[in-house]
Amino acid sequence: MDKTKINDSEISIDKLIAQDRDELARFVETYSPRIYRLGMRILNNEQDAEDVLQETFIKAIRALPTFEGRSSLSTWLYRIATNEALMLLRKHSPEMVSIDAPAEEEEEEQEALQIVDWTNQPESELSVREIRQQINSAVAKLPLGQREVFALREVEGMSVKETADILNVSESVVKTRLLRARMHLRQVLNDYFIERQKHEVADE
Amino acid sequence: MSEHTGCHDYCAMISEFIDGELPADLCAALEKHLTGCDNCTIVLNTMKKTIELYHEDEGSADLPEGVKRRLFTTLSLADYLRK
Repeated sequence: MDKTKINDSEISIDKLIAQDRDELARFVETYSPRIYRLGMRILNNEQDAEDVLQETFIKAIRALPTFEGRSSLSTWLYRIATNEALMLLRKHSPEMVSIDAPAEEEEEEQEALQIVDWTNQPESELSVREIRQQINSAVAKLPLGQREVFALREVEGMSVKETADILNVSESVVKTRLLRARMHLRQVLNDYFIERQKHEVADE
Repeated sequence: MSEHTGCHDYCAMISEFIDGELPADLCAALEKHLTGCDNCTIVLNTMKKTIELYHEDEGSADLPEGVKRRLFTTLSLADYLRK
């Protein structure tokens, strides 16, 4: 999970604050793919992800002199980016944006009665593509709070504490949202494999 | 606590269990429960597999060329694009 982690120490904060252009370029080069990916995961839209990417770096570079190093550079940057993403969502549909989906505090889904072990299903080239589609569309439909946690924790490899710091929520909220997101994605794949098995039986 | 509620509670621990972040006492209780509960074991295994599948899917974090060009231009760093 830590494969996407970046070693902050490689970038000099002092040089960044001094507006050293070489260092600024390295800073943007290093973090821009991650910030863009985060935007894509939260917003599901290329133009929105690009807007968030640009705003994040414009604001971050402007705010660098106030960076106090209480959190790591990446945590600080991800916080700016998630705030930008949230502001964009609010602008698009102010009435719809609630970080905690109403159902989130409730048990939205009981474990399905049909418990099937599909871990040994063969994965052909075609089904890998199908599985990716299933996962991507399911992530896109997660409630915002779960999507943010999923993007930071699962995709960016942030720890529970870092994710909590970035989103300004408690660690237990991060854990609950991650559990729900994982449970939901598991259920989506569960339904997909059950459906596929039915087709395979029917084809025989 | 009914048997159903028990499984439901154990399922709620599975995510932290996978991350190795479940406190030791709960970890031991869950492991004990798993030895006698096929359903929870399947939920554990399929959740592990789910996480594996979407991690395989993430791959490298590439920024589309046009997005990168416009970003560097906006930040007055376009001269670094050719380096």
